[in-house]
Amino acid sequence: MRQILTVANKEFQDGLRNRWLISITLIFALLSIGLTYFGAAASGAVGVASLSTTVASLASLAVFLIPLIALLLSYDSFVGEQESGTLLLLLTYPLSKSQLLLGKFIGQGGIIALATLLGFGSSAVLLYIQLGDPDVLTSFSVFIFSAVLLGLSFTAISYLISLSVSEKSKAAGFALITWFLFALAFDLALLALLVGVEEGLSQSGLTQLMMLNPADIFRLVNLSGLDSSDVNGALAVAINASLSQAQLFTALFAWVALPLTLAIFIFKRKKL
Amino acid sequence: MNTPVVSLSNAGKSYQQLDALKSVTMHLNQGEVMGLFGHNGAGKTTMMKLILGVISPSRGNVEVMGMAPDSKEAWHTRSKVGYLPENVSFYEQLTGLEVLTYFAKLKGFSKKQAIDLLEQVGITHAMKRQVKTYSKGMRQRLGLAQAFIGEPKLLLLDEPTVGLDPIATRDFYKTVDQLKSNGSSVILCSHVLPGVEQHIDRAMILSTGQLLAMGTLKELRQQAALPVAIKPSGLNGSVANDSKLNRFLSENCPQTLMVPEHEKLSVLKQLLSHDTLEDLQVETANLEQVYQHFLSLHELSAHGKQHELGLQAKGEQS
Repeated sequence: MRQILTVANKEFQDGLRNRWLISITLIFALLSIGLTYFGAAASGAVGVASLSTTVASLASLAVFLIPLIALLLSYDSFVGEQESGTLLLLLTYPLSKSQLLLGKFIGQGGIIALATLLGFGSSAVLLYIQLGDPDVLTSFSVFIFSAVLLGLSFTAISYLISLSVSEKSKAAGFALITWFLFALAFDLALLALLVGVEEGLSQSGLTQLMMLNPADIFRLVNLSGLDSSDVNGALAVAINASLSQAQLFTALFAWVALPLTLAIFIFKRKKL
Repeated sequence: MNTPVVSLSNAGKSYQQLDALKSVTMHLNQGEVMGLFGHNGAGKTTMMKLILGVISPSRGNVEVMGMAPDSKEAWHTRSKVGYLPENVSFYEQLTGLEVLTYFAKLKGFSKKQAIDLLEQVGITHAMKRQVKTYSKGMRQRLGLAQAFIGEPKLLLLDEPTVGLDPIATRDFYKTVDQLKSNGSSVILCSHVLPGVEQHIDRAMILSTGQLLAMGTLKELRQQAALPVAIKPSGLNGSVANDSKLNRFLSENCPQTLMVPEHEKLSVLKQLLSHDTLEDLQVETANLEQVYQHFLSLHELSAHGKQHELGLQAKGEQS
């Protein structure tokens, strides 16, 4: 455990030093405060928009941003150390591969989690002060918690990438493709299935397919509680056959644990 | 004698197509310094990785301090092993002290020890600077400090003196001698041969995954049977006329006598009997020549058939 914390501490310090924490927090804070105040601009009014509109627009932005940030932060965490030779050196230390991986995960996951909490939390507090509605806090805590899980999930996925390739530039390429697939292409494919194939997909079938994408689970978690008027696309269909929040969170959690376990497995078999 | 610190018995490592290390048997005792020589791809790094337990042998046995280094039981022995990889660039954005503290903590030591080690390798003045501002020599010193964490019982150093200036090299060998006298065993891996001779007890020569020779320098010299070079001055032509001496002269260096080890003294006596002799230089074969000898021998046996035929043809002609 001491070893894991030593590695985690180093990775967290790196995140502070490289200004990752501060920049992610700022991006999230600016976005969420901006959306909170100007979200209603489209309907011609400047001011605090309705809670559901705010959360809906935050979720649809976060679903693109969080995976991208997580992948950017961690895609080189193994392949980078492999290229500089420190990975080999670390493995001659009394430090197991799973300890190293978990340490990195805690450190870098900590950066993402803290940035999410601070960035989105600030606008939650602001909104609460403006509206005085306790619902703000509940929906924001669901939003923030699921956003953290989404970030952790993509951190674990980027470890998979980082451990499977041998060059940093390849890892960057794969990270970009992964982001594109999960954040954009998957939804388009689902929509195509829905529209293109008649009677091909039932509502529950669609929801099950969505479980294959952590970004979609995140969307479901945050949008299912809202008026469906704020939601469109494939999601609206899925929401009608929605799963319970607990089930969705379990699925999202599985999207953290499974890639992480797989990453440990790949790391153990990796040749050095 | 207690159990050897490192012992390899018929240990080898193969990757799909390639035999990185064929079959090596060696023992390293406590307080012994072993030089491991070979060109790139000879299997030096593979052997080090086997001893470090980063990879497992494909055949044979590897034991470090009585345990297989890749096993779970060997976990606690790892903090007693120091390793300096050949190509390592430490976390550039961290300061030297931060890097060393991180590694020290992973081995269960504190920041204080890290500072002491930085002092030992002489980069205390730069320890608060980021590693990216370090010169090659400073990075190498940082790497050495890292290998010295916790006074290891076994040190594996891959090209330790690359990038070090002569003074730093001397300091480095001093540290090696000191560790050795404290009972640590050291494996030094190197292509750079001059300077290393006085500091190693035994040498091992590897080529294409094969062990070509192993032993003390004296033993290797004997095995190689390389001649001693004797350079007399002031004799002018009289060596060529001396029937006892002129057979040691070779065509490409007419001033130097190439004498087999066992005839050295008689030749020297004969030389001393010449009155005009002004000076004498006696050079026994150095490590580099011994190394070259074993390598060329290996290459010969690799193309053995071809050469034998060639030599036969020559013999028939003459």
